[in-house]
Amino acid sequence: MIGRIRHLIVKELLAVWRDRKSRAILVVPPMIQFFVFTFAATQEVKDVPIAVLNEDSGTYARDLVARITGSPNFSRVDFLRSDAEVAPAIDSRRALMVVRIAPDFSRKVAAGRPAEVQLLLDGRRSNAAQLVSGYTGEIISWYEAELSSSRGGPPTPGVVVPRIWFNPNLDPKWSTVPALVAILTTLMGLMITGLSVARERELGTFDQLLVSPLSPTEILIGKSLPALLIGMIEATGMVLLGVFVLGVPFRGSIPLLYLSMIVYLSALIGVGLFVSSLARTQQQAILYSFMFMVPAVLLSGFASPVENMPDWLQTVTLANPVRHFMIILKGLFLKGLPAAEVARKLVPLVLIAAVTLSASSWLFRRRME
Amino acid sequence: MNAGPLVVARGLSKRFPDGTLALDGLDFDVLPGRVTGLVGPDGAGKTTLMRLIAGLLLPSEGSVRSCGFDTASDLPEIRAAVSYMPQRFGLYEDLTVAENLALYADLRGVVGDERTATTQRLLDFTGLGPFTSRLAGKLSGGMKQKLGLACALIRTPRLLLLDEPSVGVDPISRRELWRLVYQLVDRGIAVVWSTAYLDEAERCTSVLTLDRGRLLYDGPPEELTARAIGRTVLVRGADRKRRVLAAALRLPEVVDGVIQGRAVRLVVRDGARPPSPPDLGAPDAEVIPTSPRFEDAFVDLLGGGPKGESPLSGGNRPAIPGADAVVEAVGLTKRFGSFTAARDITFRIGRGEIFGLLGPNGAGKSTTFKMLCGLLVPTEGTARVAGADLYRSGGQARARLGYMAQKFSLYGDLSARQNLEFFSGVYGLSGRRRREAIDRLVGAFELEPFLKVDAGRLPLGFKQRLALACAVLHDPPVLFLDEPTSGVDPLTRREFWSHINAMVERGVTVLVTTHFLDEAEYCDRIALVDKGRVIANGSPDDLKDAARSDSLPEPTLEDAFIGLVEAADAREQAA
Repeated sequence: MIGRIRHLIVKELLAVWRDRKSRAILVVPPMIQFFVFTFAATQEVKDVPIAVLNEDSGTYARDLVARITGSPNFSRVDFLRSDAEVAPAIDSRRALMVVRIAPDFSRKVAAGRPAEVQLLLDGRRSNAAQLVSGYTGEIISWYEAELSSSRGGPPTPGVVVPRIWFNPNLDPKWSTVPALVAILTTLMGLMITGLSVARERELGTFDQLLVSPLSPTEILIGKSLPALLIGMIEATGMVLLGVFVLGVPFRGSIPLLYLSMIVYLSALIGVGLFVSSLARTQQQAILYSFMFMVPAVLLSGFASPVENMPDWLQTVTLANPVRHFMIILKGLFLKGLPAAEVARKLVPLVLIAAVTLSASSWLFRRRME
Repeated sequence: MNAGPLVVARGLSKRFPDGTLALDGLDFDVLPGRVTGLVGPDGAGKTTLMRLIAGLLLPSEGSVRSCGFDTASDLPEIRAAVSYMPQRFGLYEDLTVAENLALYADLRGVVGDERTATTQRLLDFTGLGPFTSRLAGKLSGGMKQKLGLACALIRTPRLLLLDEPSVGVDPISRRELWRLVYQLVDRGIAVVWSTAYLDEAERCTSVLTLDRGRLLYDGPPEELTARAIGRTVLVRGADRKRRVLAAALRLPEVVDGVIQGRAVRLVVRDGARPPSPPDLGAPDAEVIPTSPRFEDAFVDLLGGGPKGESPLSGGNRPAIPGADAVVEAVGLTKRFGSFTAARDITFRIGRGEIFGLLGPNGAGKSTTFKMLCGLLVPTEGTARVAGADLYRSGGQARARLGYMAQKFSLYGDLSARQNLEFFSGVYGLSGRRRREAIDRLVGAFELEPFLKVDAGRLPLGFKQRLALACAVLHDPPVLFLDEPTSGVDPLTRREFWSHINAMVERGVTVLVTTHFLDEAEYCDRIALVDKGRVIANGSPDDLKDAARSDSLPEPTLEDAFIGLVEAADAREQAA
């Protein structure tokens, strides 16, 4: 049995390798996408116009405004004079955000009581708004941290002080690269498995396999392992590019990276084989793959943060393997996620893999008819 | 209608950019009001010639005028006067019959009342009226071709080009297609019909015979057939016909030989005497002169069929102990929902027998075949191959059968050697046995020079050899062939059958499906399947005898096929 599967695997790898087109498809598009996405589709928001409505004449408020206007992320800062100007500024898109400081801000800070800064954001550009509010929150936190340390006392009560640990330079590449490794691995893994059975069906070689002594299980394994292997090689290539060409640090453990990759690719191969069993032609296989790909990537937290989604949709994303894998990869890349954490985050992936693999093997047997 | 030729080719040559000379200096005319056959082996240049006539390709040298227009300069006029039906009918499989017709009417600018009238006329003409709302992809091969024909006739052309319209079409639909074409010809249209089926050439008024880009013969088929008069004989009464055929092909004076039912048909060299029974190793056989067929003369024109013995012959396989029937189907029934595709199919195939499975498109032939190879699980009934139950111990049963499909299912991106290695591997051969099996077949089929070539790039004949080699690497006692020579020219087909015959002589059992009734003549027994049932089971000669009548004293197997299917349909209507 092992001998027969070995021949299937060798055949599968040869078929991919000897076809110049499929060889090129495995190397060129992922490379291009990798670089294009890294440089073009960054999550950074630069040169954003904002407005400030400072109703407080105290020094603390002035200091804070100075810090906000000094940020390189904000290109233009308008100063508003009254409440009435707030709504038009946002409506007309002159400002993505209005920072409003209440008249009692400085008094409260001086008294050591929690002081409030109101951020009014343009919800039409939710992603940018989310990021800008994040930046501003950071600026405010830094400022408060500074205040409390200069006074030598404990931090101002009620004010959280998040420090930026994981991406201290705020370099967007650092979070884009792990996400892209996840997405491109998904794309390739899905394509390889999704197309392989459909291609054989089109060529008529699939019947030839079915009438050989190979059992359906052997065929399934023979189709899965090469995809796993190719997917790992692809992912390795992208990790190496990210670390050595783009200079993104990898802080986690390499065995954990590969363990997660194997689990993730298994989940994905399950989906690919499902697609394969469903599709009669390669064209159908590509369409089905994209039916999975597009929502899976959109709901992965790559394009928009999962926390921004409505509650029910957040629950749906729990079934999305890309989401889990992306969290693990980011964790391994940027914070050196410890083994226990990786294991905990792998649990949903293992469950998803179990579901997709058994579903695909069930459908595969059924569709043999 | 003017009576001048509709196609005039002078010094017509076509060389492709990669340097291959597809057509070499052709001179011919095609006259209106008749069917001109375009016959030749695969790769002879038939499709290239069609495309040149339709103006889809331009000649490298010489010229071709269609309906009086030069294809190089008057393309719009040619488009209006010439209809071309390509090999894979240009139908949209996801559109219905009516939608396909409407689309072609739009493309051809047929609108308004004219469109309604034309569509109705074509639906009546092709008999597709009841199926207008059916998706083209769900039609049978024959109906697809009829729809393709209807689409090509939306604007009545002066010249109709049909590229291999009968591939994958069952004998009944094929006969209907011919009837339609004759009606067109009677209206003065010129039809060019390209084919690799030589019995069709006999139905043409005139044939153009191509081989490797050259025109070998241009004239009425009877004239070519007449060249073989006095040179064709039937050898009857030999108990081992396949051995007789092999012996005959070793004789220098025999240029061609095929199995025809119980007899062996031979063509001898011009001026040579027919071989005597002792020469053939069958002293009690009789050698009877018979009238030639077009195919006899055609193969002779090409320089004769493959000579000598198949390298696969020799060495008897040990009998399988305790197995009297090697393939056995018992009450096989397959239902898809409420539709019964095959009903109570029962037969036994003995060792060293060639068993043919025939039937119209959609009759359940493929379903039955698939159940027998284990590709489909029957709803009821069971099948055994070489003693192993296909559905209980499938892997074991499958290990004992070799399978070769219609399109030579090889891995086109893998080299010939890699294909052989892969198939030997999945059939569980390893080490020395594997090396020996591969070496034996590489030697037998002379594949050595092609071992590093991608299977997809092999010449057709070698592709077929490689596919057969892959199917028999594990030396199976049973061989399943699914339309093995569909679309293959007569010479390649003869070579193929010489290998099959050699294996059968060694005790291999063969199950074959085919649409090609000359091929069915190679079978020892035939099961004819119609509407999911076996309606006749017997030797080709038995079936022919059943169709014999006063009006049809010498029925062909095709006559028998059509007669039996029609009789079964009539019985069903009466019941």
